[in-house]
Amino acid sequence: MNFDFSDDQKTIQDQARLVLSRECPPDRARQALEHARAYDETLWKQVAELGWPAIAIDEEFGGLGMGYLELCVIAQELGRAVAPLPFTASVYLATEAVKLCASDTQKAEWLPQLASGDAIACVALPETRSINHGAINTVTASDAILNGTAQAVLHGHAADFAIVAARDDAGRMAFYKADLNNSAIQRQVQPTIDPSQAMATLQFTDAPSEPLGNGEGFSHCYQQLLDRAAVLLSFEQIGGCEAVIDMAKTYTEGRYAFGRQVASFQAIKHKLADMFVAKELAKSNAYYGAWAMTDGERELPLAAATARVSAINAYYLCSKENIQAHGGMGFTWEFDCHLYYRRAQLLSSVIGSAPVWKNRLTEQLLTA
Amino acid sequence: MDFKDTPEQAAFRAEVRQWLTANARPKQSGAGRPSQAERYDDAKRWYKKVADAGFACLDWPKEYGGAGLSQIHKVIWSQEVANYAEPDGYFVIGIGNCGPAIMHFASEQQKQHLLPRMASAEDVWCQMFSEPSAGSDVAGLRTSAVKQGDKWVVNGQKIWTSGAQHSDYGVILCRTDTEVSKYRGMTMFYIDMRQPGVDVKPIKQMDGDAHFNEVFFNDAEIPDSQRLGEIGGGWGAALLVLMNERLAISGVQPDGFPELLQLVKTLQIDGEPVSDNPSVREHLADWYCQHAGIKASTNRMLTAVAKGGMPGAEAALGKLVGAVMNQDIANYALQLLGESGPVMNPDFAPQQAHFQKTALFSPGIRLAGGTDEVMRNIIAEQVLGMPQEPRADKGMAFKDIPSGNQSA
Repeated sequence: MNFDFSDDQKTIQDQARLVLSRECPPDRARQALEHARAYDETLWKQVAELGWPAIAIDEEFGGLGMGYLELCVIAQELGRAVAPLPFTASVYLATEAVKLCASDTQKAEWLPQLASGDAIACVALPETRSINHGAINTVTASDAILNGTAQAVLHGHAADFAIVAARDDAGRMAFYKADLNNSAIQRQVQPTIDPSQAMATLQFTDAPSEPLGNGEGFSHCYQQLLDRAAVLLSFEQIGGCEAVIDMAKTYTEGRYAFGRQVASFQAIKHKLADMFVAKELAKSNAYYGAWAMTDGERELPLAAATARVSAINAYYLCSKENIQAHGGMGFTWEFDCHLYYRRAQLLSSVIGSAPVWKNRLTEQLLTA
Repeated sequence: MDFKDTPEQAAFRAEVRQWLTANARPKQSGAGRPSQAERYDDAKRWYKKVADAGFACLDWPKEYGGAGLSQIHKVIWSQEVANYAEPDGYFVIGIGNCGPAIMHFASEQQKQHLLPRMASAEDVWCQMFSEPSAGSDVAGLRTSAVKQGDKWVVNGQKIWTSGAQHSDYGVILCRTDTEVSKYRGMTMFYIDMRQPGVDVKPIKQMDGDAHFNEVFFNDAEIPDSQRLGEIGGGWGAALLVLMNERLAISGVQPDGFPELLQLVKTLQIDGEPVSDNPSVREHLADWYCQHAGIKASTNRMLTAVAKGGMPGAEAALGKLVGAVMNQDIANYALQLLGESGPVMNPDFAPQQAHFQKTALFSPGIRLAGGTDEVMRNIIAEQVLGMPQEPRADKGMAFKDIPSGNQSA
């Protein structure tokens, strides 16, 4: 048994951490909040040059041909830096959807663009919810002509193309690739709780597209996509947890009240201990998910759901208690606490929220 | 990252499986719960059998009754033996805590005499740290050892000593100097539990059982040759023991989840499976995340230990989370059982009244080996490196420190 990342993987992580601490201090995310940009283009170019979007893409499709473990450690560092990048949409979701569902011809055409970062892609997931009596994703495909609206599409505004889940005339769900620089698609930015991860509404009016692969086997492909994204996102969430635990510790150690360090009060130490415990359990579950993604496909559905639920719970706890540990300053725009709190909220919703994944987890447990 | 055995580990696992198939008793439901004395005799028989086959204390050197193998071999053994109904963890405190203390501090002759008998449970050991006035503040202990010639005379009282009533020897921490500050004036010894001046009284617990004891010392004599470590070096020795304890109990402490899952799979309310209930499902998911997290954290820790690291204070989190969870799950299971929840008849209550018994026993697990609050302090101070609480007894000579219940 060797339940840890390799030395090479840790080196990749250290380098990523170094680059991001230099190029992407948390203030970078605040700028994204203040200037309402779709994403940080300069930073995206930098990480693309470092090859991060290409990590888990095969060499024959322009990637680096590394594995998910390498992508996991990068995700952890992006989360630690609350990076204002379209990584979730383009790398964890769109790239993986293409890898899972597209034909070899399509892969040869699209993956090199995604690997180089020249193209950014987003995914309009199928949604069963209706809000205010309107379904979130109403897109239909008739001979691959798309009509309808997809709401809350992560990084829909930054993307060059979209992978859209749509239902055809026979009621069959499939993924379709649509070029977004097309007048048949109207895009509108949606303000979100974390503007450094923008969302958009995509409106399709007779928009041309092509189905991924032969358009079959959607259900299996979709679940696998979600499972992989759940594990990768859990590493981002853990990176965020670690950042806020450090922040809370540093701040309370530097601040004095009643003549002593705030960090020396048990009330604060026990709060930090609870944050650490939640983070550590989530981290271990994420490690297991990372193992399952590379080496234990049969275990993946349960491992991914466990990683996702733990990471959602841990990041919420850590980011809210970090604000509490900072006292009034934690509630200011100037301090970084809210950047992580916002990100925790956003990440807990994309690809399905806690109730959805708890149900999925329980289903796996009961049928095992 | 992988869970694969190396070829050598795989061969060892096969050897273990073969031996267990021939020698260990399979798990069977419906077996009655034997008395404490029966369980003790049964455990002694099992340990002897394991030792005779060469599987005892796998990571100890051969000359001390071990097999000269590694932590990973121990893990493989634990994984395999867990499939059987054998009391393989019964003497974990003696072997896991006292073993390293003897290994580290005793003379060569003592080690060769004591350790093989400990490994085979021919001698049973207990650990005596806690006292009536020294619980979470272990270093506040007051049992005194006064040197007279080449022996020490011990007076005082220990408490919460697991298994003292069955023990042949004990490792004991005593106050040997009250003029210096409290952490400096302690010394560690081992003592013959059957000798004059040592009196063991079992404590009846809230669940009616009696795992713990009070141990009284009235002019009990210990030869100086049974001192473990330097005079005044007891606290350092105690920390070494406690560090090993964390590793010994990590991963073996029950958290109650497998039993809950089994209950949920079988229980019905109004003819509907209780597993369809969204509230039940939510609880199941949250507890599973903790259950899986503890297990995966243990695997991360074992990987670090296998690479030559020390068991870190991180292990405190498994104890903290598992103990709380075990109690909460027992309570939740009783809620699911409704009006029949309180019934303790093992023929009627599911899983031989496991949940009812756990409801009454689990409060003790949250206290034993350090309370929830002590665990949080350990995590905050030793893992996160946060500053200690200011201490009112700092710099004071031990004799001047007030302690215990001071109310009239």
